[in-house]
Amino acid sequence: MVQTRSLIDEHGRRTDGRTMDELRNVKIQVGTVKNADGSAYIEFGKNRIIAAVYGPREVHPKHMAQPDRCVLRCRYHMSPFSTDTRKNPAPSRREVEISKVMREALEPALMLEDYPRAAIDVFVEVLQADGGSRCAGITAASVALADAGINMRDIVPACAAGKVDGKIVLDINDVEDKEGSADMPLAYMPHLERVTLLQLDGILNQEEFNECLDKALQGCKMIYEIQRRALIQKYFGDEQELKEES
Amino acid sequence: MQEIKRKYVVPGDRIVDGNFRPLSNVTKSGNSIFATRIGIAEATRDGIKVIPLSGVYIPRVNDVVIGKIIDHSSLSWQVDIRSCFSAHLPAQDVFGRDFSPARDDMNKQLAIGDLVTARIMAFDRTRDPMLTIQDKDLGKIPRGEFLKISATRVPRLIGKRGSMIQTIEQATQTRILIGQNGIVVVAGRSAEGTQLAIRAIRMVEEEAHTSNLTQRIKTLLNVPEPESTETISEQASPEGQKLEGSSSSIPEAEEQVQEELEKGDKE
Repeated sequence: MVQTRSLIDEHGRRTDGRTMDELRNVKIQVGTVKNADGSAYIEFGKNRIIAAVYGPREVHPKHMAQPDRCVLRCRYHMSPFSTDTRKNPAPSRREVEISKVMREALEPALMLEDYPRAAIDVFVEVLQADGGSRCAGITAASVALADAGINMRDIVPACAAGKVDGKIVLDINDVEDKEGSADMPLAYMPHLERVTLLQLDGILNQEEFNECLDKALQGCKMIYEIQRRALIQKYFGDEQELKEES
Repeated sequence: MQEIKRKYVVPGDRIVDGNFRPLSNVTKSGNSIFATRIGIAEATRDGIKVIPLSGVYIPRVNDVVIGKIIDHSSLSWQVDIRSCFSAHLPAQDVFGRDFSPARDDMNKQLAIGDLVTARIMAFDRTRDPMLTIQDKDLGKIPRGEFLKISATRVPRLIGKRGSMIQTIEQATQTRILIGQNGIVVVAGRSAEGTQLAIRAIRMVEEEAHTSNLTQRIKTLLNVPEPESTETISEQASPEGQKLEGSSSSIPEAEEQVQEELEKGDKE
């Protein structure tokens, strides 16, 4: 790939002033969509994403229902105004793919067998995109699922790492995604220590891959803490620990 | 064995290690017990459970629910109980054993749109829940104001030994029916009383997790301090539950309240 400008300056700072293993600012708010059973709003750098969860509810069309488990349906969508040139609101090839990988990233965390013959719908709407929106979408969706009170084995944070200017960096933003040489989104269940999504766009050798994976895992763990805090804040207020009873 | 305290959990949190029995909303993996819902983890003599703070209504056998008749076939009514499954009320349950689709007019008993209080007779997740209205206090609801609250707030609305709901009923001169599925029907003599009761119920729903709620409800309803007499509400439980101001600002033992309610219903 042709590099048009340097993405990392002489002090080791990236285009937005971050260090190599620094996340963008992440802010999660739970319960923003009142009509939904569960919802979350995430600000992940310049990404602005709303996730809403409906269900478990009746499956329509009925023939989609599974007799032994719940159907999980995901829809990732970018609003027309989310990018600098207008995006056609019809689902693109990319959005259909992200909806699918998102579903597969969330599925292992959910106890779908607890809700047979029902469906859970997850809607992820990107209001403003800034690279890494699938990771931010998964992060928000899993918080929304927990908010909806669906039985889950774990919460799924997601984060990307990649290669920019020959160096492995955490949490690729839009510019680094377009001009860097590799981007690797990862979704991970921290308690179960299982990876539920791993994609790689670009070329890495074995060593670089390992470093990238480690960095992304660290990122996921940091994001998990933010998810957890957001949920606790919504349900228990500022009181983080339950006072012990006598 | 280690003693565990009640604590706040989110899905995936390890609650305790050791040989404990998993009850509701927890999963056992290896030698540890993990939470599967956001809520309050609690250890009882029987095992470990999590009292959930969110979620839609999932039917359970013996729950008393309020449903709306949405359709009928020649043998049963279909009832919307605000869950992912719609329930069936067999016509034989209403007409008796000798029900005949040719002779009896189902619309005469329960028309589409009617509200009924019913008990879940059978439900095993492979089939839709089956209802019965053959019991005291079950059946068609003649009138009232209809509202929906979250099913997880129902025990809080009832309060310990039905204290909360009794307070509201007495202060507003209304009769309040509550279904475990979070449907509430308020019937009162005056429109003002009904409106006030609805405001109180909404307040309970929104502030269910805060402490001293009964006190604030009393202030809203202008209840004078010393209260007496008792009107037993539809679901008032005869069993004792610890709740309210006993320690911190959380709705306590919601599930327990529910279970005890069931016990109470059976008695």
